[in-house]
Amino acid sequence: MAYADTLPPQRKFGQTTRPDSWWVQPLFVFLGFAAFIVYSTWAAFQGNHYWLDAGGANYLSPFYSPEIWGNSPHAIFHGKPGFWPSFLPFSPALLILWAPGGFRFTCYYYRGAYYKAFWADPINCAVGEPRKKFLGERYFPLIIQNFHRYFLYLALAFIVLLGYDAIKAMIFTDPTGGKHFGIGVGTLIMCANVFLLSSYTLGCHSLRHLVGGFLDSKTKAPSCAKTYNCVSCLNKRHMMWAWFSLFSVGFTDLYIRLCSMGIWHDVRIF
Amino acid sequence: MNKTVTFKIWRGDANGGNFVEYKTEITEGLVVLDVVHKIQATQANDMACRWNCKAGKCGSCSAEINGIPKLMCMTRMDTLNIDKPITIEPMRAFPSIRDLVTDVSWNYRVKQKIKKFKPRTPDAPDGTWRMQQEDVDRVQEFRKCIECFLCQDVCHVLRDHHKHDEFIGPRFLVYTAALEMHPLDTEDRLPELKQTQGIGFCNITKCCTKVCPEHITITDNAIIPLKERVVDEFYDPFGWLLKKIRPQG
Repeated sequence: MAYADTLPPQRKFGQTTRPDSWWVQPLFVFLGFAAFIVYSTWAAFQGNHYWLDAGGANYLSPFYSPEIWGNSPHAIFHGKPGFWPSFLPFSPALLILWAPGGFRFTCYYYRGAYYKAFWADPINCAVGEPRKKFLGERYFPLIIQNFHRYFLYLALAFIVLLGYDAIKAMIFTDPTGGKHFGIGVGTLIMCANVFLLSSYTLGCHSLRHLVGGFLDSKTKAPSCAKTYNCVSCLNKRHMMWAWFSLFSVGFTDLYIRLCSMGIWHDVRIF
Repeated sequence: MNKTVTFKIWRGDANGGNFVEYKTEITEGLVVLDVVHKIQATQANDMACRWNCKAGKCGSCSAEINGIPKLMCMTRMDTLNIDKPITIEPMRAFPSIRDLVTDVSWNYRVKQKIKKFKPRTPDAPDGTWRMQQEDVDRVQEFRKCIECFLCQDVCHVLRDHHKHDEFIGPRFLVYTAALEMHPLDTEDRLPELKQTQGIGFCNITKCCTKVCPEHITITDNAIIPLKERVVDEFYDPFGWLLKKIRPQG
């Protein structure tokens, strides 16, 4: 007799003896992720209202940074890239969002969360699943989760670029064209976004491994040990940083968009 | 606070069974294992239940209490809602023997297949080694495991998908991590982890971490670091180059 035949049969989807509201957590995760995916996709396809220069501000949405091709003053190259298919709508965000999107998609925290909330694989601990077949992350397409560290390298570069944008957001232009240091509400939002994104990215499990986790004897490399301890410290709250940074990056875009549309008005603090 | 509480305890064997209802009075300070013993003594003398230390250290009394894998001896009655019936059932990831007792011998067979500790040559002429405490801090967390197999029970790869032939489960990923990350060990277990031991089946649900009575951070400190080591070895061409220049050991 095969070993599997001696085991209790697989429970049906949702079947459990848990009396608690086990469905609440995956439901909130589903709603949170779905709201972000819908908003970010919509915002990425807009191709406008992603920068703010009214009132001398110098803000750029994180969904559009770096703006490699585009029409804003932040663009490196003006207009649309020559290779862009004419039948596709162009937006500068479409050129870059795959990188931070890939980083979050392959993140160890997000994987566990969306496997539960979107795939119900399992929907929660000790609750029956909808499918009998299970391949895990051993075959295509989920084998690409193993390339998380490559997305990490890109995400680290994005932190530097967004940090540069936050510094640029401290330079305001007066009506005569002069540049002055200043702080607006948008500047604070962009700085907070960089802080939260950094806390999330620098607490990455792959980074933890790459900076020192690969070593069995950390005393042989004291600098690796110190870096490993710092990353581990952030890693303990990786879920919290993942959610806060997801919210902040969406809200930063929303703030700049609404200010650019004239619905909200950026307040200059000094 | 004496109160009569309803318990639904799974009674049966490998051929099947069902929940049987028992009502019993509970007093302050009881744990679930106390109640099971009381029911065994007063209402169901033939009910099978495995236990030993009653102190959360032997890992014998693993069961599912209100659907969550827990040690019966460490689950206080005042942490449960006694206004509703409390279910107690055996672990679902292993074959049933009788009532609350399951056959966990599969775990011992798996353990035998994992490559043993292989220390480097001794550091001193007397055949001993020298290690820094900082270097063994990480693996000492894994040594807290009491082999209650609750993590194996809650893991859906074993519990629901019955991949016992292809996946060793969180307990033995922790065991492998303790060996693999040991500063003296020289053995390479990564090919087996990827191929026959099925680390790729783990999809990071963290259920194993949630049920561990020793609070071992199974997913973050053992499984994910092992997954990263497998990536180093099999999926990262850039890392292969980096290995040539960064410190090893």
